[in-house]
Amino acid sequence: MRGGAGPLAVAGSVAALALSLTACTNGSADRGAASLAPGSEDTTLWVLAAASLTEVLEEIAEGFEADHPGVDVVGNYAGSSDLAAQLLEGAPADVFISADEANMDKVEGLVAGTPTVVATNTLTIVVPEGNRAGVAGLADLADDAVVTVVCAPQVPCGAATAALAAGAGVTLSPASEEQNVTDVLGKVSAGQADAGIVYVTDVARGYGVEAVPIDGAGSVVNRYPAAALTRAAQPALAQEFVAYLGGPEAQAVLAAAGFGAP
Amino acid sequence: MTGPRWLAPLAALGGLLVLLPLLGLVARVEWTDLWSLVTSQESLTALGLSLRTAAVATLATLALGVPLGFVLHGMRGPVRGLVRAVVLAPLVLPPVVGGLALLYAFGRRGLLGEELGGSVAFTTLAVVIAQTFVAMPFMVVSVESALAARSGRHEAIAGTLGASRTRVLTRVTLPALAPALATGAVLAFARALGEFGATLTFAGSLEGVTRTAPLEIYLVRETDPAAAAALSLVLVAVAIGVVALAYRPLRGAA
Repeated sequence: MRGGAGPLAVAGSVAALALSLTACTNGSADRGAASLAPGSEDTTLWVLAAASLTEVLEEIAEGFEADHPGVDVVGNYAGSSDLAAQLLEGAPADVFISADEANMDKVEGLVAGTPTVVATNTLTIVVPEGNRAGVAGLADLADDAVVTVVCAPQVPCGAATAALAAGAGVTLSPASEEQNVTDVLGKVSAGQADAGIVYVTDVARGYGVEAVPIDGAGSVVNRYPAAALTRAAQPALAQEFVAYLGGPEAQAVLAAAGFGAP
Repeated sequence: MTGPRWLAPLAALGGLLVLLPLLGLVARVEWTDLWSLVTSQESLTALGLSLRTAAVATLATLALGVPLGFVLHGMRGPVRGLVRAVVLAPLVLPPVVGGLALLYAFGRRGLLGEELGGSVAFTTLAVVIAQTFVAMPFMVVSVESALAARSGRHEAIAGTLGASRTRVLTRVTLPALAPALATGAVLAFARALGEFGATLTFAGSLEGVTRTAPLEIYLVRETDPAAAAALSLVLVAVAIGVVALAYRPLRGAA
């Protein structure tokens, strides 16, 4: 061989190609697989839920399982639009909980009955602990010296951010428009950004961050509709779970995490 | 050598595993709108940014990866294996891990400190750093394996004729390595063009500044799957073209 690429290079490039193709995965598959292993004789209720519900839904599921012996609720968490796309591509599931009404509307044809709003959420500014940039409100985020990160207007949290800024008459100058609220939170907790705009309930999920409330945040409310799906393997149980989400036990868990009442 | 016959069905399965997703992508492309989708302002901005940053990153892999390949080739014993493993690590790191590592090194709270990190954060430079980080192993590997295949006789003769080491490098070794450098550069360019996870984690996403074509695809798939498929098709075409180009010399030499 004369100066060409060696076999190591070929192997390397194949590995890299494979990597770049798998670059965009989420942890939901692992979660599903892990929960499947024990008690496979149980009835499993598959719930696709917005990523912002991850922690609360695990807690709610425990309560539901305690009331329904033999039932195993398996949550699969991702961005609502990803979940809606998966449903439209034929993913099996019993219940879908979206972080916004637009994504629930996308899967309208797959919904059994009418979706019920089970929670609401509003926006807040989040800053790294200590708030070095001294952010006091939305108007401060128009300052170029404050490195601000928001959601892109194409995704629900970005659309809500744009609506809130427009309503307040503030022109934001973001350093980055992220794909989802978790990426915004990540940039703030890493200290890369001086401020970000996330949902109130995300603050507790962030590491080393604190909230700076936005005046008039209540003018833009995000609603979380839940629905049983027509292709549910457990249709009755799915309806029961949706009803349980609106009940006092689940609502207490949601309220404790900062979600608003429906 | 053709191997036993039972390899054929397995090979066909392997081929299908690669081909079917590509066909799936092609099937989703709305051909009538393809041109307008690919030439929309957002797509062109993202593609232009991708081409520019990948070109700069490729130059950076030449400037830094070639010397690394030389140094690696000059090492002996277990140290060489260890250094090679470290240098090639970005090839096998999950992209998000690469992004976090870059953040902890070049971020505002990273090893380089607030001042330097702050000037890199959310800039096009951050994109180029991320791309160079993931693409450089291709150059290092190309150079190192090409050097290993050389006897060093030409270099020795040039040395006895009184040529300095720099002159031997520029007049003898580098010209002989040209095919390997070309292969390394083309693969590095392709890898830089496809960089996604590290950019997303480390550089952010802002139109015209850090939102390269893969990030644009990731974003528009939320609202406009047709645009995402169209832009994806462009990147697939570039990837296939680049790999075909890169492995032509290999076939000739084998």
